Amino acid sequence: MRADAAIEVQGLVKRYGSKNAVDGIDLTVESGEIFALLGPNGAGKTTTVEILEGYRTATSGKVEVLGFDPATTGNSGQRWRNQIGIVLQSTSDAADLSVFETISHYANYYENPRNVEQVIDEVGLREKINSKARQLSGGQRRRLDVALGIIGSPKLLFLDEPTTGFDPEARRSFWELIKVLKAEGKTILLTTHYLDEAQALADRVGVINNGKIIEIATPETLGGRNNAPAKVTWLENGTKQQLLTKDPTIEVIKLNQKFGGSIPELEVLRPNLEEIYLKMIGELK
Amino acid sequence: MKNLLETLRIGLLRSQIELKQFMRQRESVVFTLFFPVILLFIFGTVFKDTIAPGVTFSQYFVAGMIASGLVNTGFQQLAITIPMERDDGTLKRLRGTPMSVSSYFIGKALLVTFLMIIQTAMLLFFGSVVFDLNLPTDLMLWWNFTWLVLLGSACSTILGIAFSVVPKSGRGASAVVSPIVIILQFFSGVFFVFTSLPSFMQQLAAIFPLKWLTQGMRSVFLPEEFATQEVAGNWELGKTAIVLSIWLILGLLFAVKKFKWSRE
Repeated sequence: MRADAAIEVQGLVKRYGSKNAVDGIDLTVESGEIFALLGPNGAGKTTTVEILEGYRTATSGKVEVLGFDPATTGNSGQRWRNQIGIVLQSTSDAADLSVFETISHYANYYENPRNVEQVIDEVGLREKINSKARQLSGGQRRRLDVALGIIGSPKLLFLDEPTTGFDPEARRSFWELIKVLKAEGKTILLTTHYLDEAQALADRVGVINNGKIIEIATPETLGGRNNAPAKVTWLENGTKQQLLTKDPTIEVIKLNQKFGGSIPELEVLRPNLEEIYLKMIGELK
Repeated sequence: MKNLLETLRIGLLRSQIELKQFMRQRESVVFTLFFPVILLFIFGTVFKDTIAPGVTFSQYFVAGMIASGLVNTGFQQLAITIPMERDDGTLKRLRGTPMSVSSYFIGKALLVTFLMIIQTAMLLFFGSVVFDLNLPTDLMLWWNFTWLVLLGSACSTILGIAFSVVPKSGRGASAVVSPIVIILQFFSGVFFVFTSLPSFMQQLAAIFPLKWLTQGMRSVFLPEEFATQEVAGNWELGKTAIVLSIWLILGLLFAVKKFKWSRE
């Protein structure tokens, strides 16, 4: 086990009945990185994350989060929880409390809480500071969840499907918030169903299916994406032409010479992360 | 020692936030906090007769209402709201923070105790102003009253926390818990004179804390000579303390071991 990694998992297994929901996962998340865990529903994603968060216990395997076993209870469990922040999937708790009341109450639980007012500014809830949680929009509610996740100044933040149900604008501004947290040096473990989100935020992504990690790579290189053939399309004699090539630059130069100048409606398309991902999990089904 | 103080401090803060949330829910204020007072007005208005010369039915009924208020505010309220907190994510979120389990329990216990003080004060006030309730004058009776309310609150709180593992969801909790409480109230002599109940009901009720709490409250509010009309021929306060303590300890052991933070 490496001491400098934020999360270190070796041979993690979680068995329910006769089925292994998590079937031998190895995973290392470095300090300060944003790691996105991708996978279809029922792939073992949530089970894995909840073991790392201390909500479930592993059947076998080694798990270390910030140097602690998440199953630890008592005093050392408290010391560990002082250093992590968890943003759960959809919540509706504390509906009758205001944004300020909830955040300032949760600040009491931690040894080194952050300044409540500052956290409220950072998550962009200044205008809603005295609103009850039940009056917040979906996006604002998630911001409150993030505020509660970071109020204890954690080293490691778990974000479980943080932008589900957001409109595109809310998602963009949420991403900015996550980038600010990364700039502050936090390690973030993110699960998401949105590939563009992983692309925009993650340093590395891990794809999980049937309880196993299929691949861990940067969003740019996942599934051999950087070497996958690109699609070049253009307009010639009134019809759309296309070809697949490993080296689109050469093809574009050739076309440029052929047309003796600009190429009508030229497009060069690399497969996006979503296509690569769907291919990966489709192949294994 | 430092940990213990910290646990108490967080427990106190939790009780404040719990109280804030309780007071902001109109239905909980009406149906938990004011409910015994509402019942007092209904029963006190309908049954105007006396059960003995100079002793009104209200006198008997207030004893039962204070005792069953303890069950409503502690057991019933917690056994319904904790499954709701399990559903809405409160418990899961708390579980992910350094807050200790004891602080959560302390917060609930203080909430129940505080609500009981308000509720009991209202019953005594309206009872004596509107329904000619005679308040005890003997200091000893007030002492008995105090320990009965405190021990009853603690017992009721712990049993409510323990029973919160039974309802599968917050939505169904009320359907599971409320009938149990109502049946227990009938069997324990809250609405009727206990000794006039069939003996199987009396024996069944004697297993549970409410019968003893009600009997204890009668010892405070009814004239001393009424003790001879009890099943045992006296108020059995010692036995009451023992029964409540046993339930308290059993409930505590069960709650600590079996408390459910999430549905699965």
